Amino acid sequence: MSALEQLYQQIILDHSKHPHGVGLEVGEETSHQRNPVCGDEITLALRWNTAGDRVEAVAWEGAGCSISQSSASLLATLAEESADEGAPWTPDELAALIEEFREALRSRGAITLDEERFGDAAALSGVSRYVARVKCAMLAWVAAEDLLTRRA
Amino acid sequence: MTVATPTITPTAEPFTASELEVIRAQFPILQREVQGNPLVYLDSAATAQKPRRVIDAESAFYEAANAAVHRGAHTLAGEATELYEDARLTIARFLHVDENEVVFTSHATEALNLVAYALGNASLGIGGEAAAPYALKPGDEIVTTELEHHANLIPWQELAARTGATLRHIPVRDDGALDVEVARSVFGERTRVLALSHVSNVTGQVSPLAQLVPLARAVGALVVLDSCQAAPHVPLHPRELDVDLAVFSGHKLYGPTGIGVLYGRAEVLDALPPFLYGGSMITTVTLEKAEYLPSPQRFEPGTPRIAQAIGLAEAVRFVDELGLDRIAASEHVVAQRLRDGLADIPGVRLLGTDPAAPTVALASVVVDGVHAHDAGQFLDDRGIAARVGHHCAQPLHRRLGATASLRLSAGVHTTPEEVELALEAVAGIRRFFGVDGDDAEGSSA
Repeated sequence: MSALEQLYQQIILDHSKHPHGVGLEVGEETSHQRNPVCGDEITLALRWNTAGDRVEAVAWEGAGCSISQSSASLLATLAEESADEGAPWTPDELAALIEEFREALRSRGAITLDEERFGDAAALSGVSRYVARVKCAMLAWVAAEDLLTRRA
Repeated sequence: MTVATPTITPTAEPFTASELEVIRAQFPILQREVQGNPLVYLDSAATAQKPRRVIDAESAFYEAANAAVHRGAHTLAGEATELYEDARLTIARFLHVDENEVVFTSHATEALNLVAYALGNASLGIGGEAAAPYALKPGDEIVTTELEHHANLIPWQELAARTGATLRHIPVRDDGALDVEVARSVFGERTRVLALSHVSNVTGQVSPLAQLVPLARAVGALVVLDSCQAAPHVPLHPRELDVDLAVFSGHKLYGPTGIGVLYGRAEVLDALPPFLYGGSMITTVTLEKAEYLPSPQRFEPGTPRIAQAIGLAEAVRFVDELGLDRIAASEHVVAQRLRDGLADIPGVRLLGTDPAAPTVALASVVVDGVHAHDAGQFLDDRGIAARVGHHCAQPLHRRLGATASLRLSAGVHTTPEEVELALEAVAGIRRFFGVDGDDAEGSSA
């Protein structure tokens, strides 16, 4: 597989064409992130359980390149899977996941995302070889981080 | 489908294949590879690559004659001043204007801001009687266009906000051309400034200056021309174009970064108050006030961009020796093939299709179903450097129904083979991203 095919794995192209987790509700707290270089935009919300201590879902809306859009979709999918397994994220767990994701993406190809932890989102590992695209992939995750910070 | 894509009518012979080889050999960067492929540089509209002689001219100055100009009595200071002022003379000849009408700035953006701020200062009453005719008052109008690069739009928005003037726009038609018919109704007795692009940095289409400038002249408005995308491709003659002020950037003309040029009619430059203040621009300074030198010194405070000006002069000599008429003839071939080839690719929409507009060798497209950033990544994998995004022209993209586009722009070193490689690559984008089976909505195909 060429570096370009590793960047644009089928999972990424599929999520970009048929994204998961799209749709925000009026009045819900969101974080809006932009990548002025290419105009990518993501508005994202974290949906909490009634106790307010676990993330049950990630919802978002946006426009932009396939990397930014699939990354948001994959984050939403990962949240849904964790909730389905009966282990929705605590704020600390999500924060740790975001930090791990960032570290891998900034590693210039040195660190591969763990499929056990990241599921299909591990397909975004290929982005780390393309410095100019890291921001695209980070956009949704930065939005989630922003919401966590506001909450703390 | 092949759309009629007239480019600037050539008046000379294009470069032969062997001449092109000699030209290419002068650009060291063309030797390098990108992603395992020979570099195909089609981003000259963002910044041009530099011939060896320009790189050498800049370093030769630092190695042999570096000194501050216009001050100091030692030998080096004299030599540096002479080289710097020779550079100004070279640019003046290139523009067919007088030396005192050429101001060096850091870039074209600074040159446009210089004009906007000088007019703003005149509006505050600075510059006395000489500057008074250039003062803007509430209700006065500044006319710009819907296709401007942000650098020729935002300074005018801000000037309007500072002076209470109203900003008006010449609209763009569906084919990317400025609407001359509507333009007639945009000008009025309160129009004080017309600021517009010579060539669009998105469509490559040359603006209908022969129709638009007289509209501004008829109401006594000052005309400011952004020639950044014209300078590398067509002979520049601001006096023949009847504009008061014109700007271009050095780095798009095979020169160094950090240098821009402002041409201003002597009468206008000498009347406008300065924008930036400091040393090297004054006659007498007391603790309370200062008096200023005439143009160009009054607009060049501080230690100027000496090495960059010298590098730019070398770039101008490079272009002059090749001949802008022959450059235009060669680029005509490239432009025609590029535009026709892009228009023929299914699911690819060319931005700017006015059959009457002359065009330079740059073209932007929207690939249906694929974001420009992804399209650019696909080209980069083949060693092709192209620009993706809104190219600092968001209003034009919005007008043409696109958020971003993929731009291919040629230089003097671009070969017909490189254009074919690029066309082949663009034709493969939709297949790679798996959208070639989808409906190509809005496509010209």
